[in-house]
Amino acid sequence: MDKGRILMDGAAIGRTLTRLSHEVVEKNKGTDGMCLFGVKRRGEIVARRIAALIGKSYGVQIPVEGIDIGMYRDDLVSGYFVPEASVNRPPFSVDGKNVVLCDDVLHTGRTVRAAIEAIFDLGRPACVRLLVLVDRGGREMPVCADFVGKNIPASSDEIIDVKLAEIEGEDSLAIRRIQKS
Amino acid sequence: MAELLICGGDVVFADRVEKADILVAGGKIAKIGKNLRAEGAEKIDAKGKTVFPGLIDMHVHLREPGFEYKEDIASGSAAAVAGGFTQICCMPNTDPVCDNAAVVGYIAARAKQTGLCKVHPIGAITKGEKGETLAEMGKMKEAGAVAVSDDGKPVMNARIMRLAMEYASDFGLICLSHCEDKDLVDGGVVNEGYNSTLAGLKGIPRAAEEIMLSREIILAETLNKRVHICHVSTKGGVQLLREAKARGVRVTAETCPHYFTLTDDVITSFDANTKVNPPIREAEDVEAIKAGLKDGTLDCIVTDHAPHHEDEKNVEYNLAAFGISGIETSFPLSYTYLVRGGVMGLCELAEKMSAAPARILSLEGGRIAEGETADLMIADLNEKFTIDSNKFVSKGKNTPFDGMQVYGKVCCTIVDGEVKFRA
Amino acid sequence: MLGKDLLGLYETSAEDITLILDTAVGMKKLLTQNLKKLPHLQGRTVTTLFYENSTRTRCSFELAAKYLGAGTVNISASSSSVQKGETLIDTGRTLDAMKNDVIVIRHPMGGAPRLLAKNVRASVINGGDGMNEHPTQALLDFYTMREKFGSFRGLKVAILGDIKHSRVAKSNLFGLTKLGAEVTMYSPATLMPQGIERMGAKIASSREEALRGANVVMGLRIQLERMHGGLFPSLSEYDKFYGVSKEHLKFADKDCIVMHPGPVNRGVEFTSDVIDGANSLINEQVLNGVAVRMALLFLLCKNKQGGNENNG
Repeated sequence: MDKGRILMDGAAIGRTLTRLSHEVVEKNKGTDGMCLFGVKRRGEIVARRIAALIGKSYGVQIPVEGIDIGMYRDDLVSGYFVPEASVNRPPFSVDGKNVVLCDDVLHTGRTVRAAIEAIFDLGRPACVRLLVLVDRGGREMPVCADFVGKNIPASSDEIIDVKLAEIEGEDSLAIRRIQKS
Repeated sequence: MAELLICGGDVVFADRVEKADILVAGGKIAKIGKNLRAEGAEKIDAKGKTVFPGLIDMHVHLREPGFEYKEDIASGSAAAVAGGFTQICCMPNTDPVCDNAAVVGYIAARAKQTGLCKVHPIGAITKGEKGETLAEMGKMKEAGAVAVSDDGKPVMNARIMRLAMEYASDFGLICLSHCEDKDLVDGGVVNEGYNSTLAGLKGIPRAAEEIMLSREIILAETLNKRVHICHVSTKGGVQLLREAKARGVRVTAETCPHYFTLTDDVITSFDANTKVNPPIREAEDVEAIKAGLKDGTLDCIVTDHAPHHEDEKNVEYNLAAFGISGIETSFPLSYTYLVRGGVMGLCELAEKMSAAPARILSLEGGRIAEGETADLMIADLNEKFTIDSNKFVSKGKNTPFDGMQVYGKVCCTIVDGEVKFRA
Repeated sequence: MLGKDLLGLYETSAEDITLILDTAVGMKKLLTQNLKKLPHLQGRTVTTLFYENSTRTRCSFELAAKYLGAGTVNISASSSSVQKGETLIDTGRTLDAMKNDVIVIRHPMGGAPRLLAKNVRASVINGGDGMNEHPTQALLDFYTMREKFGSFRGLKVAILGDIKHSRVAKSNLFGLTKLGAEVTMYSPATLMPQGIERMGAKIASSREEALRGANVVMGLRIQLERMHGGLFPSLSEYDKFYGVSKEHLKFADKDCIVMHPGPVNRGVEFTSDVIDGANSLINEQVLNGVAVRMALLFLLCKNKQGGNENNG
């Protein structure tokens, strides 16, 4: 199988996440009233890394939680399937919070739409900002990220592979072509 | 003057089938022979066809008076001649019940008015078919009743049945017994067995029929009276009758085409057209019925023609009315299953469907012979056709045989020398 | 594949049964996590048309429909209205004209759901018809058994009680034999229907024989009117000779599960220590019932959508 072209290695990803963590605090004008949500399951890892980096730099514990969007997907009815999903029960309130929603790759924007719906089912945040490690383009929704790790314009026959140490044992980012049969 | 000349048909006599011409005059069979000629007579070409004595059905329901929406004497008579029948006997479960001379007379008059086949009323055994007090059998006999029966309802009280057999015999009437122990039936709607369990429909045990059948045999034997058993459907019933006949009991019995053609597998479709009383039984019963017909245990074939309105059938199985509209399918079914099925020959079929009922009820007809009344039926035995209830002449389209392929199409029915039906 | 309706398990294949059970797994997961609202039946209407009293089956169907986003309508007709009121076909046509999508029918007479299904456009689910079938109850029983034992192959299921009048026993029998389980039945002779062995059941000659080595012990409700009909003399006599107590349960496999379609007559079919004992899954059955009915509604409506592309 085509393993693709490595665009970022572990160190590069580390540097990018560090930059993003500072940008988040900068935009928020400090760490007050902030909480992080990561779209399960890679987005959650990104969110927890960002929270840890902010904690290290600013000495605060930012509330962070994964969010399951299974029940909010827009293809449940058209696709007619029963989602694998779990209930979202964060140990903190989102009311009046500045929520930073984190994901690994931003593509169509559908996941983000679902995630926003999921967040609003939990309460009414003051604002929701979007952080992504990679923006590959190809939007189908009016969605724009506030914090972007790397812009990688990719065509529809290309796949962005994100590896994260928590899952694959190493961090890396690669691009490859879909194998045509 | 000669009226009709039936040429070239295979004629079914009591003991043989022979090609012959039949000359009909004055409502009688004037002459039977080869190459007959008759000036001015209407000629019916029966070449390749078979001439039977007019069929006699001693068990039909014509529904008039009271239930004309199901059938009436005119529509029932028209259906009868379309089915090859020249004489039919109608059961008394009308409204009012045919339990008195006035109703018997009414039916006879309406039949005469209709002028198709001969209709013989059967009077009730008990007033209102309630099973309590005897109906006026003598007066009914005078008005034209040919037998008595509470058909549709059993006479549950054995003492009443005993009295009925005794009293009816004074007038030369025979009791036709609908055998059904109501306590054992207990609301059942289909034969009790594998299929009733499968369909979850309440079963009617064979014992319900056989227990009362035994009672009638015992009464007839003890009293030395005649009794006729209606619509026998079970293997056990055939066996009881066989033993009784061997002992010399004066019992006769009938069965219907649905008891020797269908098994209760058909009920699992929940099609209410399969709902009939007694219920359609199992394969071993079907075989026993055929054997009973073959060895003479069962004397005759009747239809128990029970027309119903569509609305009475197109409901939940439990709520549907019991009965099959059978008079137009009786001959082809009997011919296909019994003659083509190798159970009996044409002479025996004519015996079961014509001569025997005539004998049991002392009616004219029943055989083809010179001087005999000219009740005849001509059928094409080689024509294969599909039963289509929409084409029934009867108002009742309720049949479980819809779509079935059969042989033996009735082409022409002649009553008292007049053509009353032509296909 | 599943058709328009679910009328009984006699005509449902093992594959379809398995499909329903598999789908129910996801449904139960969502239910237990309190994630009940799925959008699949949004804009659709599910009507429960009950000619017999029922709380649990109707409630279970209604919740299942609601959890899938459907609107629900409940029609209660007394048993007596079956004979006097509007005909079933006319009622069905009226519901059809109101654009119902699914009709769940319970009726005191066998075959009524089939009659309805033949005459309406809506999907018809048999919620119990006379002595015929109660397929969704059996499906939830299967779900409960499979969840506990993983497979049906060689599973010994003992069914005790009023077999003759039980649509539950028959639906269980039809399904379980297809799935590879062994079904043994025991009841007073007056409550045992004819020909049930030919459908694959083994008839036990004693309570102990029925229970011996059983993995599943299923009791069926004894209805008082049967006693009044003379089919057995008294409840206490029934309990003594046909009921199951903790003592009797010792004959069964030690890991057996105790099931009952409910409502239970305590001290008749089972003693209280059996109903409330460690082996009892009677309450779990109720939850599984909602999951299985969700799965069924989901699948029937999916079928009806007709070849919708699956981009999930």
